[in-house]
Amino acid sequence: MLDLLQNLGRRGLGVFERLGRASLLLVQILAGLHTLLPRPRLVIQQVFSVGVLSLVIIVVSGTFVGMVLGLQGYNTLVDFGAEESLGVVVALSLVRELGPVVTALLFAGRAGSALTAEIGLMKATEQLSALEMMAVDPVRRVLAPRFVAGFLSMPLLAAIFSAVGVLGGYFVGVGLLGVDEGAYWSQMQDKVDLYDDVYNGVIKSLAFGWVATWIAVFEGHDAVPTSEGVSRATTRTVVYTSLAVLGLDFVLTALMFGD
Amino acid sequence: MAPQRDNDEPLVTIRDLTFRRDGRVIFDGIDLDIRRGRVTAIMGPSGTGKTTLLRLIGGQLRPERGSIRFAGEEITRAGRGRLYELRKRMGMLFQNGALLTDMNVYDNVAFPLREHTDLPEPMIRDLVLMKLEAVGLRGARRLMPSQLSGGMARRVALARAIALDPDMILYDEPFTGQDPISMGVLVRLIRTLNESLGLTSVLVSHDIAEAASISDYIYLLAGGRVVAQGTADQLYESDSQWAQQFLQGLPDGPVPFHYPAPDYAGDLLAGDEDREAAA
Repeated sequence: MLDLLQNLGRRGLGVFERLGRASLLLVQILAGLHTLLPRPRLVIQQVFSVGVLSLVIIVVSGTFVGMVLGLQGYNTLVDFGAEESLGVVVALSLVRELGPVVTALLFAGRAGSALTAEIGLMKATEQLSALEMMAVDPVRRVLAPRFVAGFLSMPLLAAIFSAVGVLGGYFVGVGLLGVDEGAYWSQMQDKVDLYDDVYNGVIKSLAFGWVATWIAVFEGHDAVPTSEGVSRATTRTVVYTSLAVLGLDFVLTALMFGD
Repeated sequence: MAPQRDNDEPLVTIRDLTFRRDGRVIFDGIDLDIRRGRVTAIMGPSGTGKTTLLRLIGGQLRPERGSIRFAGEEITRAGRGRLYELRKRMGMLFQNGALLTDMNVYDNVAFPLREHTDLPEPMIRDLVLMKLEAVGLRGARRLMPSQLSGGMARRVALARAIALDPDMILYDEPFTGQDPISMGVLVRLIRTLNESLGLTSVLVSHDIAEAASISDYIYLLAGGRVVAQGTADQLYESDSQWAQQFLQGLPDGPVPFHYPAPDYAGDLLAGDEDREAAA
């Protein structure tokens, strides 16, 4: 019994210790951001590997999610003779929820894991140490550009996800199931609000981008510098990011739409 | 070696250095001088903290007690900014080179120049080619680190380490896992670079013959202390048991062959009793 308590206490302390280290790292990253201003190339390179290389999975997933929404939405709406509203259903689901959330989950699997593995391996192969000995701060040179790139890429990826999703819904709803094309677009235009819906979705994906990249960068930097350590860190990135995104999504949704 | 340098103040002075990791004492009050213009070897059995010593000199680790002075400045109390300034005057060669794997040989060598200077690109090109020529790899500048052999990676890392013309180079086990040819290349490079660039070299190694052949002075570490020091000849003639065991590779001596264990005969009999008890 005492052992159990002791273990629980040790684990609890461990969690807080990691949280503390992660927060310190975030502060260091934020404090080093100004060094990126004269060197935008560093960020652009990372936007390419974090954002552009994630495009395929985002576009393909977005299309399929939009198509499913079109099909399911039609089947439900047609019972009430409201299939004209399909565009609204598809667009609101995507812009408010599925766009930011699914993009963040895909991002964790595609880009977050890659960031963790890359930074973890740089640590394991002493590249981070070598940077320090060359008087180059690895937090500013390696971590900060990746953090900024992830933070900026997430809302862009989410926007692309939602856009192709709307087209996927259009393809199924209008193209295959015969919903009126004018109704699909005009109802969407009428009911989707720029501030309430689109901007809130953007805020969500900025928050997810912040959290997802923070976790990925921290786990890589904090990884035990062995192959096993890097593999564990990569797994933790995907698990923690997914949990954090889903939990945060509930909180943000409650704050934004819960009145 | 110019004789007047003997009177010079050492480049690195270590006094009463004590360092502990996970409760284990790695260094227990060691004193050590690295003289300017010399190649100083730090040798000792595996696990005596030779690499740790380099990290302490580079300021990547902080000691529990004692002082490390580099060119008259206290490393152990230097702030982050000051430490980074001092590190520009040190180069470090990591055991496996630690090249940045996302850029080619040329960009790796150019990296410190681009980070720390505002030199125009044509001048950087000249400098990089000069450094690569010095290690014999000018022709390999378009290769990626994954295409290099272990010895070549270390030579590229060496070119990178001398890119900013440092005062001192720290070599971490430069000969480990090298075939005789690349070992010979590295041995010659370390010595000639030290002479031609007026460097001070610190060499951590347990390859006795190679390290002894190019070192002006050798410190032998064991059990957290300096157990012997001197030139290679002095060490070979010393009556220190540590030195003799290490230099001759004797399996038993101050570093015992047997891991600490209870009395052998007693242990065997106890095993018997255990079995009887089990039965």
